[in-house]
Amino acid sequence: MTDTVPDLSIEHGIDRKIDTRKMKVTSEVAIQITKMNKWFGQFHVLRDIDMTVHRGERIVVCGPSGSGKSTLIRCINRLEEHQSGQIIVDGTELTSDLKNIDKVRSEVGMVFQHFNLFPHLTILENCTLAPIWVRKIPKKEAEEIAMHFLEKVKIPEQALKYPGQLSGGQQQRVAIARSLCMKPRIMLFDEPTSALDPEMIKEVLDTMIQLAEEGMTMICVTHEMGFAQAVANRVVFMDQGQIVEQNEPREFFRNPQSERTKLFLSQILGH
Amino acid sequence: MSDTHAQTVAFVRDTMIPEQVPPVTERGAVKWLRENLFNGWLSTVLTVLSLLVVAWMVLETGPWLMRSVWDAGSLSECRRIWAEAGVPAGACWGVINDRLHQLLFGFYPPHLYWRPVLALALLLVALGPILFPWVPRKLIWFSAAYPFMAYFLLWGGSIWLPVSAALGFVVAGAVLVLLRPLGTLPATLAAFLAPLLWWAVAAGPFASVMSDLLPVGIEFVRSDRFGGFLISLVIGVTGISLSLPLGILLALGRQSDMILIKSICVTFIEFIRGVPLITLLFTASLLLNYFLPPGTSFDLILRVIIMVTLFAAAYMAEVIRGGLAALPRGQYEAADALGLDYWKAQRLIIMPQALRIAIPGIVNTFIGLFKDTTLVVFIGLLDPIGLSNAIRASSDWQGIYWELFIFIGAVFFVFCFGMSRYSMYLERRLRTDHR
Repeated sequence: MTDTVPDLSIEHGIDRKIDTRKMKVTSEVAIQITKMNKWFGQFHVLRDIDMTVHRGERIVVCGPSGSGKSTLIRCINRLEEHQSGQIIVDGTELTSDLKNIDKVRSEVGMVFQHFNLFPHLTILENCTLAPIWVRKIPKKEAEEIAMHFLEKVKIPEQALKYPGQLSGGQQQRVAIARSLCMKPRIMLFDEPTSALDPEMIKEVLDTMIQLAEEGMTMICVTHEMGFAQAVANRVVFMDQGQIVEQNEPREFFRNPQSERTKLFLSQILGH
Repeated sequence: MSDTHAQTVAFVRDTMIPEQVPPVTERGAVKWLRENLFNGWLSTVLTVLSLLVVAWMVLETGPWLMRSVWDAGSLSECRRIWAEAGVPAGACWGVINDRLHQLLFGFYPPHLYWRPVLALALLLVALGPILFPWVPRKLIWFSAAYPFMAYFLLWGGSIWLPVSAALGFVVAGAVLVLLRPLGTLPATLAAFLAPLLWWAVAAGPFASVMSDLLPVGIEFVRSDRFGGFLISLVIGVTGISLSLPLGILLALGRQSDMILIKSICVTFIEFIRGVPLITLLFTASLLLNYFLPPGTSFDLILRVIIMVTLFAAAYMAEVIRGGLAALPRGQYEAADALGLDYWKAQRLIIMPQALRIAIPGIVNTFIGLFKDTTLVVFIGLLDPIGLSNAIRASSDWQGIYWELFIFIGAVFFVFCFGMSRYSMYLERRLRTDHR
């Protein structure tokens, strides 16, 4: 790697000025992961993960495929179960207690690589389902909230269509709006742009940047290094189920410490 | 070459060619015939063969149908009519005319025919909100009450028996609401056990006490008076409406993480599917009595309904499991990630999609079940087939069979074809994936 920072923001045209006024990291702990281990059968996917996320942080997790980065964030809302160690989300420890799990899940939004919208429901119904059935919000109010967030992701006019009628980028923005309707305090993004055509990546990244500007606590598994550089306050590099290196993005890209990181960055940045 | 200038390189069209009709082979009936009937030599051969088969069938059955006799009280009367006209034998539909009531109602008391007819009319009303979205939603309460009304209308007796049976569900609902603060699981368990307790202990005495206090009722009709299409519909409709929910529960149980529930469901499904229906029916009619406490008389039709339902539910469970397996994992994960609990996720996300995928298989099972109701003839119930045997044994109609079986087949066909059409309508209506 050279000493100059490659201008990553050119990629997918993150050309706007980021409004950093509300992007403040506080001392309040949002997620505390200690000595967490996970196995898939005999395979040790996550090894001794220690990680503290403070309220307001924007963390980008990157690493080669199979490094366990998706598994890590899926453990945070217990889509995957960890076998040892501790995960505390907003003061609630994740155990096999279903009540705690549902509580954490309703406070943590998640956006998937393949959107996972509900194809049998309209966009509006996708967004109001959880508020109505989990939060017990009256339908009318839930629809107002949903329209508010659909406007925010700039597709209110699609509200009565079905997911199958929307483009990939639009679907992913709906998926973000659907999560936001639950008014989560933490958002997890699991490779949100990996399944999208290049021209649609920008619209999704824009939405994510907007969210970051409002001070949302976010953890993103992504290969969009431009996004990492523009928005993240910390980049976590994982390999073979371990956190290999983490740093603030400028230092991370300019001055990677481990050989593994250097190799990864040289491959992903295409030099 | 009139409108081009061949000598120059540039080309300017000075006359526009008017639109012309396509050649005769490319339009109208000729095009249709060529594309659909004579598209290559194989297609042509098959077309000719099919036409020959159709012609042969029409020539064979046509004259027989043309010589139909409708007004006759017996087969010999039909024969006399043909002999007088000097024609060979034809179709003697007089048997349908003569025995229609029997084919429809069996030995149900004729002065009470209005009761099954009313029950059928109310069935159509009760099906409305279940089958069609444009029917007012409020009517679903009528559908919920319908089974008890239908029982009362068909069998009669004291009104308090169906009422006390229905009260079991009211008890369940009340327990569920009252115990909600204790948590979902205890409340659900209690709501499941409370009605069982009610039916086992309180329902009988309640019904008899109420009958003494306020005797309201209509004439009681014993099960052995039931017959014909009445019995097919009673067994078929009850079996269909019970086997779907039971099948859903079995399919979910089979996918459960809880090993005990899973093995119970797997054993049940595999056992029931592995045994012929007729065996189960014989069990219902003969063996069950040995296992029941002496003195209990357990209605034969009810026993048959239970067996048919269990049989169809086992098939249903596998059909629905197919639908569940077709759903991407992401749907479960998205539901989980939004904080929906298991039952809400199943009800709002998983089942609506899995059932839609499984519609063809579900309706297939329904149709199979409905036609299988004719098997009850082997345990002595007088369904249409059983009645046709009885009718043919009478001196008036000895020797007739085509007409009876065509009629019975046609009625079954109308019901099954109706179900099939409805399922296609439903598939179209629920198609939202726009693939």
